[in-house]
Amino acid sequence: MTVQSSSESLDRGLARGVMPRAKSGSTYNYVLRGVALLFTAVLALFVWSVLHQSWPAWTKYGLHILTGNNWSPAENNFGALALILATLITAGVAILFAVPIGIGTALTLNFVVPRRLAAPLTTVVELLAAVPSVVYGLWGLNVIVPWMSTTVQPWLASLTNSGWPFSGNAIGLGISTASLVLAIMVLPTIVAISRDVIATVPRDLIEGALSLGATRSQVLTRVVLPNAKIGLLGAVSLGAGRAIGETVAVAMVIGSSPSMPHSFFSLGSTLASTIATQYIDSSPMHMAALGALATILMVMTASVNAFARALVNRKPKS
Amino acid sequence: MTDVLAQLPPDPLLERRRLVQSIATKTQRRRAVRSSLFIGLLSACLAMAIVPLFFVIYALIVRGGHVLTWVFITKVPVQPTLFEQDQIGGIGNAILGSLVVDLVAALIAVPLGVILGLYLSETETRWANGLRRAAEIMTGLPSILLGIFAYIYIVTTMQSFSGFAASIALAMLMTPVITKAAETALRSVPRTLTEAGLALGARQSKVSLRVVLPVATPGIITGVLLALARAIGETAPLLFVIGASINYEWNPFHQMAALPMMTFTYSSAAYDSQHAAAWGIGLMLVIIVLVLNASARLIAAFMRRERH
Amino acid sequence: MSQEPTTTQTGSGIEAVALLPEPAMRLRDVSVAFSGRMAVRNVTFDVAANKVTSMIGPSGSGKTTLLRSLNRLHDLTKGAVVKGEIQLGDIDVYGNELPTTLLRSRIGMVFQRPNPFPTMSIYDNVVSGLRFNGIKKKSILDEAAESALISAALWDSVKDRMKAHASTLSGGEQQRLCIARALAVEPEVLLMDEPTSSLDPVSTQRIEELMVELKNRVTIIIVTHNMQQAARVSDDCAFLLMAEDRAGELIEFAPTTKIFNNPSDSRTLDYIQGRFG
Repeated sequence: MTVQSSSESLDRGLARGVMPRAKSGSTYNYVLRGVALLFTAVLALFVWSVLHQSWPAWTKYGLHILTGNNWSPAENNFGALALILATLITAGVAILFAVPIGIGTALTLNFVVPRRLAAPLTTVVELLAAVPSVVYGLWGLNVIVPWMSTTVQPWLASLTNSGWPFSGNAIGLGISTASLVLAIMVLPTIVAISRDVIATVPRDLIEGALSLGATRSQVLTRVVLPNAKIGLLGAVSLGAGRAIGETVAVAMVIGSSPSMPHSFFSLGSTLASTIATQYIDSSPMHMAALGALATILMVMTASVNAFARALVNRKPKS
Repeated sequence: MTDVLAQLPPDPLLERRRLVQSIATKTQRRRAVRSSLFIGLLSACLAMAIVPLFFVIYALIVRGGHVLTWVFITKVPVQPTLFEQDQIGGIGNAILGSLVVDLVAALIAVPLGVILGLYLSETETRWANGLRRAAEIMTGLPSILLGIFAYIYIVTTMQSFSGFAASIALAMLMTPVITKAAETALRSVPRTLTEAGLALGARQSKVSLRVVLPVATPGIITGVLLALARAIGETAPLLFVIGASINYEWNPFHQMAALPMMTFTYSSAAYDSQHAAAWGIGLMLVIIVLVLNASARLIAAFMRRERH
Repeated sequence: MSQEPTTTQTGSGIEAVALLPEPAMRLRDVSVAFSGRMAVRNVTFDVAANKVTSMIGPSGSGKTTLLRSLNRLHDLTKGAVVKGEIQLGDIDVYGNELPTTLLRSRIGMVFQRPNPFPTMSIYDNVVSGLRFNGIKKKSILDEAAESALISAALWDSVKDRMKAHASTLSGGEQQRLCIARALAVEPEVLLMDEPTSSLDPVSTQRIEELMVELKNRVTIIIVTHNMQQAARVSDDCAFLLMAEDRAGELIEFAPTTKIFNNPSDSRTLDYIQGRFG
């Protein structure tokens, strides 16, 4: 460890010595720093704009926005608890499904599939990430929603005798369908990051385990996964961040109802889907309240992402 | 046999070797089976992960394939009526709109991203590190927030929806992606190259622009194509800034149509012909995105081959 | 260690395994190729039981490649092909009679850089091989851990902190932990791939001493680029050299004293006198 860190600082020192900053007066340098400054300013403006827009709502309603459970713009009532809950529930369920499948897929691509097949299969998984979210929404609305209402939801309801958490009408739209679509949408993110993380597990350790007589599953469960767990947590968090912020596809299948979710079959609205469906043509206070939703969304996704990046970018020990 | 035994290590070791080997042998089958089951489970995960893509593409082709005709691509939309339910016109306006909006976004984002990438690849200050992290986090922010940004600064200021506002939102989306790709590509240029340039007495700016940047260009182009692929399919940032137009609209400061917006509106419209059109546009979007991704991949692969 | 020495039952199948026949390993015309490119060609020699056999030669001569073919570690490498015959006792290493996992539990390995499992404690590291092989009983694990750590000359310094992470050990200690980890499975053969190349001189000396002491427990095959090391620790020595097509070939195999004092091949003489490599 000491060796590495000292060579790292050596590298950095070299970088400084070899690449001296251009004379501070040069145009090149002005342009570079100018653009960096511009981008910083835009970032600041961006954050400020969301905060500024939401300000009237925060001053008027305060924490009621976070704790109130009645969102009805017509009555100027802006309690977003139901929206926050729906956001967390859909993202949570999506992650619950996507994590085992995603990490399993990453392990398969890195360790099981022959290399000749791994490249095309990886491409296929990555293409899942490239499909626009409006297309997922379209597919969800026209294919998943009918399938859920005729097949999956009746089956789930039969499990609990139409009791909680699978109570209510099986109409297809709603929290459960949104969760499923989200799970599919965040899967490629989890796979891609997990693969990178898993690939950093030193080959030394894998060979060490094999040379002791470990089977393939033992190598994966006792050496690879434990050594990658922090990075994998980062991958999962990045997926969660995407699920929380996904907008259009969710708006198309969740049924747009800002009421408190009481079952997986409930209709709902997430923070993002509410902004998407109500922003246009809203009254000034309504828009400020939507700004408040955007603020909540921004704080949630930014912190999840910052946390995730810190874990994923962490340099491996030894 | 006794002669051999006499030369052998003391008994406890021999005993343990026997014990270990007998347990290992006895449990071997079970461990092998468990391992195979686990590997099978993992392969099932992979299968489950890629199945949705085939379902999506199948649905797109079956439901939207027949819609994509020359007329559909080149004409402007017509509102179906109760008596002419099948008339749908085309999506030429949206193709043009997407083209203009994404082009303007790229014109803003590419120089910004490349210069930022240059800055980050050459600087190690705290500011640069913070900026790098901020850009990284930004790629994970919900894109609808960028729509709000464009609404507040462009739509409100200009008192109208416009393609330009959409371009600003998409440029915000693309810039961090391009920055990251550019920085990575620039940093992977061998340092010896830079050193050689500097040793010849060239200034840092000359070395960066004439030596390092050209070597990194394929990597940067890959990043730009991927950013563009993401931007073209984005709906959320456009929702409340782009407005709508049913004509060929070249002026980015006017309201415009765009492909993802049109899919979104048609998907919840009244007539079957409009639903079919939504699928057709969806298919088209996926094709465009796939082509951009494939080109990015080809360039990356080509680049890798060059280097080795 | 508390176990009473029991009378050995002769004639059982397991017994035959424990009493390793001479030679411990037999290599006949062994060639290794990667994606069609020869890395090692037609190597033939016998590894004597309970002795240290060293493989020396300049870098690129295929020593490590050859060593890794002995416990089938190339199985993971895409495009690697091992030809010829390798036997552990009378078992064909590349045959079907012994599953690869069992084979590897009988041929241990120590790597160039210490590679203890960083997520495991010292204790868990030592017994990891036993657990991989299906042994769960605490008494067996404890006893094996103690015995292996004693053999690796590490017991005294770690016995009070078995639950500590392996990364708290020094580099030399980590390497000895890896030796203990390999020994705990009670392999018949121990492969060592330049085990001291990343260690300081004192740690190197400790490990060299260990190798000699371990001879009554295992057969050791060591790859080293340090000729003095080969001379100090090994009984037999194989000298490999890269042929014109970059494939490694066995130039000479003989008792170490002969290789270093009176080699038959002029190229061996050139190498040990430091004329190349």
